[in-house]
Amino acid sequence: MKLQHLFITIIALTFFNCKQDTWQLKRIQGEQININDTLQADAEIEAFIKPYREHVNKDLDSVLSYAVATYSKSDGEFNTAIGNLFADAVYEQSNPVFFKRTGKNIDMVLLNHGGIRAIISKGPVTSRTGFEIMPFENSIVVVGIKGSQINDMTNYLSKAKRAHPIAKLHLVLDVDYNVKEADISGEAIDTTRTYYVATNDYLYSGGDHMTFFQPEESLHILDYKIRNALIDYFKQTDTIKPVIDNRFIKLKN
Amino acid sequence: MKRREFIQQTSASAALVTVGGFGLTSFASGEKYKKITILHTNDVHSHIDPFGPDDGRNPNQGGVARRASLIDSIRKENPHTLLLDAGDIFQGTPYFNYYGGELEFKLMSKLKYDAATIGNHDFDNGLEGLFAQMPHAEFDFISANYDFSNTVMDGLVKPYKIFNKNGIKIGVFGMGIKLEGLVDKKMYKETEYLDPVEMSQEMTRILKEDEKCDLIICLSHIGYYYKNSPDHISDLVLAAKTKDIDLIIGGHTHTFLPKPTVVKNSLGNNMLVNQVGCFGLNLGKIDFYFDKNKNITSEGVSITV
Repeated sequence: MKLQHLFITIIALTFFNCKQDTWQLKRIQGEQININDTLQADAEIEAFIKPYREHVNKDLDSVLSYAVATYSKSDGEFNTAIGNLFADAVYEQSNPVFFKRTGKNIDMVLLNHGGIRAIISKGPVTSRTGFEIMPFENSIVVVGIKGSQINDMTNYLSKAKRAHPIAKLHLVLDVDYNVKEADISGEAIDTTRTYYVATNDYLYSGGDHMTFFQPEESLHILDYKIRNALIDYFKQTDTIKPVIDNRFIKLKN
Repeated sequence: MKRREFIQQTSASAALVTVGGFGLTSFASGEKYKKITILHTNDVHSHIDPFGPDDGRNPNQGGVARRASLIDSIRKENPHTLLLDAGDIFQGTPYFNYYGGELEFKLMSKLKYDAATIGNHDFDNGLEGLFAQMPHAEFDFISANYDFSNTVMDGLVKPYKIFNKNGIKIGVFGMGIKLEGLVDKKMYKETEYLDPVEMSQEMTRILKEDEKCDLIICLSHIGYYYKNSPDHISDLVLAAKTKDIDLIIGGHTHTFLPKPTVVKNSLGNNMLVNQVGCFGLNLGKIDFYFDKNKNITSEGVSITV
């Protein structure tokens, strides 16, 4: 009896000596808490954010230009006023940069219809408008490609059936969506010549299945965001009044 | 669960009675259990202000000041709390464009974040842009599979960090996504990406065997799961290929989960993978309860989600 008691004591001793400091994971309970207006905002944090918010808002909402109408990317079939504005603004803002660096001019601009993310409303145009229509950080690149690749591009545009924004390129499709006319600044496309196409880094990398930019002869990264080009364009342009024109059309018969 | 705890506590007392005075000292002064709370966010993307009432997707949700008061109340309830972020702190609102991440880091410091890992968008202003904001971060950046040795970030990011909360040792290591093809090379420069599975195995070896951590957490930005390429490394794949991780806190894929996912690791043991969407709309909260029950190994860990 006594021996047995001692035995138990030894076991107990051993057990407690080994285990007494060992905390073991026993149970896990997980949940997700939604952050919403039922929570009181922390006053100190709110006060800390306030001056930043006010500065950003003041800058974002300062009027840079005026739009004479509301422009939407769905207001045209093959070219839209807002798309033409995008492409023309990118040309005007980036060509001086490109010329200064290379002594050459940009031949044309191609962007994508999906990259226009909001409308421009009639009335004051602000930096906030720039953030709305171009929330992404994509930058302008100028790609040197052969005329044969321009033909691949016009072929792509004929099949895409979308108002991808273009500048300096003139493209006419026949009734069956075949390329009928294609020229750059009024001259027919020379398959052996090098053309400098301004686009964005996303499309250059094959975005929207635009596979014709690569392999390129040269790539010029301008370190100029599309959004900043648009905002700079707004700053320089008193009145925003883009129009749908004949740069990209399809014949009715 | 409550009932089982009661029964086990009862049998523990019974054991005490049997052995008389032994062990009384160890039990009388100590707690019956210890609770560690892990709070987490991911892909906040510079969303400092709440979404407005007219927002089409997330009306009246999010907001750092609200998150602050929520975290505060949870910490009051349990001071043994860690606050972690799984990356993509930067990019998404004009705050980032105007201040380059300064406000994001300052606010996370005010909210007393303990650690964050690095997301692909945290390279959006390049390594120099991230480096420039580091003085504003009063919390640690951890990444076990980005080698910054040949960059300006050298020495500023640790592979893991160990926290001691109420005597519980918690090892947290970071895991980043492959940058090639996702981030412009001129942004991440000589940052070297190392294999997530290999580095996780290395981390769990250090944290479990060498450091004897009680709890191991992987703070990941590799993405929850890629349905169209199921073999592609992701949190679920990583969980199944490793052992000794108790929780993977994920990011990158902006995955909203109805509840944390219970996954079997390479040893067939259950562990958790969680992610809370994006933009600071939600806060993840995982409570870990520890006790000294002797039968633990035969019973395993119970998970309530």
